Amino acid sequence: MTTPEGARGYLWTAASLGLVFALWEAVVRVFRVPSYLLPGPSEVFVALVGHWGNLVGQSVVTMGEVLIGFAAAALVAIPLAMLIVVSPVLERLLYPPMVATQSIPKIALAPLFIVWFGFGTTPKVAVAFLISFFPIVVDTIVGLRSVDPAMVQLARSMGAPPHRIFLRLRLPNALPNVFGGLKVASTLAVVGALTGEFIGADRGLGYVLVHASAQLDTALLFATLVTLSVLAMAFFFIVEAVERLMIPWHVSQRARPS
Amino acid sequence: MLHEAPVVVPTSRGPAAAPAFIDVTGVSKSYPTRDGTPVLALDDVSVWIAGGEFVSVVGPSGCGKSTLLSLTAGLIQATRGEVRIEGRPVTAPYTNVGIVFQSDLLLDWRTVLGNVLFQFVMRGENPRPHEPRARALVASVGLQGFEGRHPFELSGGMRQRVALCRALVHDPPLLLMDEPFGALDALTRDQLQVDLQRIWQESRKTVMFVTHSIAEAVFLSDRVVVMTPRPGRIREVLTIDLPRPRDLDVRESPAFAQYVHRVNRLFREMGVIRG
Repeated sequence: MTTPEGARGYLWTAASLGLVFALWEAVVRVFRVPSYLLPGPSEVFVALVGHWGNLVGQSVVTMGEVLIGFAAAALVAIPLAMLIVVSPVLERLLYPPMVATQSIPKIALAPLFIVWFGFGTTPKVAVAFLISFFPIVVDTIVGLRSVDPAMVQLARSMGAPPHRIFLRLRLPNALPNVFGGLKVASTLAVVGALTGEFIGADRGLGYVLVHASAQLDTALLFATLVTLSVLAMAFFFIVEAVERLMIPWHVSQRARPS
Repeated sequence: MLHEAPVVVPTSRGPAAAPAFIDVTGVSKSYPTRDGTPVLALDDVSVWIAGGEFVSVVGPSGCGKSTLLSLTAGLIQATRGEVRIEGRPVTAPYTNVGIVFQSDLLLDWRTVLGNVLFQFVMRGENPRPHEPRARALVASVGLQGFEGRHPFELSGGMRQRVALCRALVHDPPLLLMDEPFGALDALTRDQLQVDLQRIWQESRKTVMFVTHSIAEAVFLSDRVVVMTPRPGRIREVLTIDLPRPRDLDVRESPAFAQYVHRVNRLFREMGVIRG
């Protein structure tokens, strides 16, 4: 990871980013671009530092909504997927309404949730939950169903009852797919929480975005975007780190050929 | 020993014969197809295998030899007829057996040792007490030192050897093998045939071995069952009277060639090999 080649890679990335920033700053200065349109990186940095306290506070709010929504989605979706795989009756009962509700854009539900749950954390968590839910269910179902049928035959000839086949064969085999769903859901949960905050407009980074845009404080807008990107990336990387811990054996975790 | 013609054993057993370990009587298997007309995979097949015998089943693709093995294992049920193991009818997956398929079916998330011991995990038994035996088996197939590796670190031949250990670790009296070496290269295949013969001679398990390689069947077996193309019937059962233990050189002997020739002739007569 921090081999000479790796370190040189980081250097190149830093250099290219530096170049982009330098160019950006130059363009803004030379063409006297008004800062409400496009602030230079120096201005964004000043806004970032200046609003640091507020940004940190709002970050906690937003990430709190994201994490609760995401965790709730995972805790409901994974057992639900297991039930659907195990019981054909439940599958026929649950799958169609699940798919039908997925066709409703979650972000369109946000105003409804405001009516139902008022302002505050709940509607944002609800949107984050709903939007993360489906990818986790679908990916988990696919994972649970993707066991080689010959392996199931082999397990039956070893005398394994269905519950043991499920726990010791289907479940571990499904983990890579489950994590695929979780990674997708992690990015969607951020979108969901933000959307709730756009509509709710009382707290969180989404609120800061709306407020900054209304005030034409584009530097703050940029600063908030930077903060959001960093947070969303960090969340994704954490999920990936857990994945590496849980499924080190999987082909997706092995060193890629150079 | 040179024979004029290989001995053909009738498929029905005489009344004074010892009870068969595996007894397949009048078994037919048909599968429903999408357009309604059923396809007959096996047609009135009767065959028996004595305890401690190594019997191969050879036939062209689609002749139903894998179906026959699955029926013997109890993984599927016959449409007509009966399969008995040790006198008892097989109506559910038979568990006092070790099975090896053409694909190794090893679990990616378990080590070599973990995969071998999976046999006990699936049976609901604590694998720990069996660890020394598992290690000994792994060593006996030449994989000593690889116990902690994962399947993706092994070659195809190595993986199939692990699968073989998994099928043997619980010391079953019966071994069912469905083209276990079919996906391997010729050299690995030869090695594994030698290994399998050695393991069998040491333990004298009853073995039903499905293969499409005539040479492999003749090399390994006491008897070779030759099947017809679909619908599968027993064409002939040859007794292989070559002395044991057989090393790979026996494949160059005239007696060996005669057996192989006989089976080839049968295949040509059945239209399996044209020209």
